[in-house]
Amino acid sequence: MYEQTETTHHGPAKGLMRWILTTNHKDIGTLYLVFSLIMFFIGGTMAFVIRAELFQPGLQLIRPEFFNQMTTMHGLIMVFGAVMPAFVGLANWQVPLMIGAPDMALPRLNNWSFWILPFAFLMLISTLFMDGGAPDFGWTFYAPLSTTYAPPSVTFFIFAIHMMGISSIMGAINIIVTIFNMRTPGMRLMLMPLFVWTWLITAFLLIAVMPVLAAVVTMMLMDIHFGTSFFNAAGGGDPVLFQHVFWFFAHPEVYIMVLPAFGVVSQIIPTFARKPLFGYHSMVYATSAIAILSFVVWAHHMFAVGLPLGGELFFMYSTMLIAVPTGVKVFNWISTMFKGSMTFETPMLFAIAFIVLFTIGGLSGLMLAIAPADFQYQDTYFVVAHFHYVLVPGSVFGIIAAVYFWLPKWCGRMYNEAMGQLHFWLSIIGVNLTFFPMHFVGLAGMPRRIPDYALQFADFNMVTSIGAFLFGTTQLLFVYNVIKTIRSGKTAPQKPWDGAEGLEWTVPSPAPYHTFTSPPAFTGKE
Amino acid sequence: MKLSFKPSSPSGLIAIVVVMFGFGFMLVPLYSIFCEVTGLNGKTSGQYLGPVATDVVDNGRTVKVQFVANRNANLPWQFAPEYEQVELALGERKQTFFQVTNTYNTPVVSQAVPSVSPAAAAPHLHKIECFCFNQQALQAKEAKNLSLIFFIDSDLPSEINKLTLSYTLFDITDSSTTTTK
Repeated sequence: MYEQTETTHHGPAKGLMRWILTTNHKDIGTLYLVFSLIMFFIGGTMAFVIRAELFQPGLQLIRPEFFNQMTTMHGLIMVFGAVMPAFVGLANWQVPLMIGAPDMALPRLNNWSFWILPFAFLMLISTLFMDGGAPDFGWTFYAPLSTTYAPPSVTFFIFAIHMMGISSIMGAINIIVTIFNMRTPGMRLMLMPLFVWTWLITAFLLIAVMPVLAAVVTMMLMDIHFGTSFFNAAGGGDPVLFQHVFWFFAHPEVYIMVLPAFGVVSQIIPTFARKPLFGYHSMVYATSAIAILSFVVWAHHMFAVGLPLGGELFFMYSTMLIAVPTGVKVFNWISTMFKGSMTFETPMLFAIAFIVLFTIGGLSGLMLAIAPADFQYQDTYFVVAHFHYVLVPGSVFGIIAAVYFWLPKWCGRMYNEAMGQLHFWLSIIGVNLTFFPMHFVGLAGMPRRIPDYALQFADFNMVTSIGAFLFGTTQLLFVYNVIKTIRSGKTAPQKPWDGAEGLEWTVPSPAPYHTFTSPPAFTGKE
Repeated sequence: MKLSFKPSSPSGLIAIVVVMFGFGFMLVPLYSIFCEVTGLNGKTSGQYLGPVATDVVDNGRTVKVQFVANRNANLPWQFAPEYEQVELALGERKQTFFQVTNTYNTPVVSQAVPSVSPAAAAPHLHKIECFCFNQQALQAKEAKNLSLIFFIDSDLPSEINKLTLSYTLFDITDSSTTTTK
């Protein structure tokens, strides 16, 4: 063993190379978060184009082919570019701080898993400028739309998916290894903060299903270029097989996008209610139950493909069963607030909005789970309303809440509370104005992914578009607030929140470049 | 260095990733077997090689079989069943023909893909000989009578008294090396 000459308390390297070569979990967390914010605005711009076209019936602004490219790219970028990297960024920043580890277990892998992403998305976005245009088959890329009838750019789409899959898998491996091996002495698994628990379960979901996504796009690639017939009926394949394999990935994927938000809310609610989390153990078991059930419900996305009655019943009941552990979680959050000494700072407002609006999304999910009724809802705006309620005020509000909650720790400065509250109220008005009317037009039969609609849907669509413009522009306020905080916010104390518990609040604000170089004392109680 | 395959080590986790990638591909044969065993998706089994009773007529119960002939991607060919509907007793062996005409000026290879509805009837329909077992090569402007010999076994659920056997004809001239059942 040779002598270490360098002091362990050096700061970050200077210049641009700091960000390219960094193996520091805080730097990489920042990179992930900034990247996801940029993607959020690119995907948001596409939503803007969609809503502008749908502002009035008829075709005004864009051609239908381009509209299809916009819906497809909006979905892909928001799912793989905005929500997933944001949660990996939060995990990079917070998991080591919350378990008392000096860094992630595999720092070089960490650097690599981030730096794949910009190239993957550069490739994906570049398809917009190719002959034949970007992928236009919907984010679910059902065969044969994505094979036989796909634009030539589909090959770039497949490679982009492969790259972001590899990135996610490496990120997940890193998080699991860190959580299992680098907790401070005394922090047993059942004493871990809930954000760490939900991320551990999410990471296992990721390594279980991202390879299946890789497999399904590989099969597409082979069908397109190598003459196989996985999804081609003429050669003995089956397009419905595509849907089965895809949803075997994509149903757990929706929990990948929401479980870390459950974790964030489970950190924030006890802090601002000044009470310990109600039912910690049941929270852990409920999260695990949701993760396990997510593997056996995939065909509820396919009720209309002609499943046998037994299959419809099985997938209907197993889907409804997920409402039980989810209900346990909602009950526990509300019980945590019950008789708490609550204050309503911005993170708490977003967390409470998460609970209320995610529950609305969950209830419309239960409606969709009813197989006989689903034949009516299939491919209408009701589905769009449902998954936007669980993803926008669900996942996205969870991410925003987390940023407001931990920003004082990250940059040592306090955000502007008044501006944060304004951001919250404009966001919540915008979100509901955008997505609530979609329930009505969906139930009345307006199909999704179509650039034009019947005249009776005009009023609700105009309301939706106005809400979308409000919600989108409001997020600029968030960016302004974050930048202003980093540059000139008031100095934040080590523990900016009165009721905050956990190891991350035992380090100074801003968190030094290297923390917990020796394991901290942990006095967690059960 | 000894590799550990615990799910808390990188190598163990990579092993899970590799297994799940393989599992994604395994879903293809699993799906196929599942559909064949259960007859879901209207998938019929391959050539029937078991014993065929010569004159079994099962207590007079008869069943109607409708034939549907489709052309994929609106191929400008003629493809039609000889009879649109036949009635037969359970266990009775029946031969019928489908007429196909290649209207192109070039030779083509085609493949017919079968499907049975209702799906519950699929495991009970047995094909002794079928043009769908092989690719059918047609010369330019050639017309052909394609033969089908089948029977329906007596285990057909009693609530089914009519079933549809559909064939969709695909032009596979470009990739005419694959085979299907």
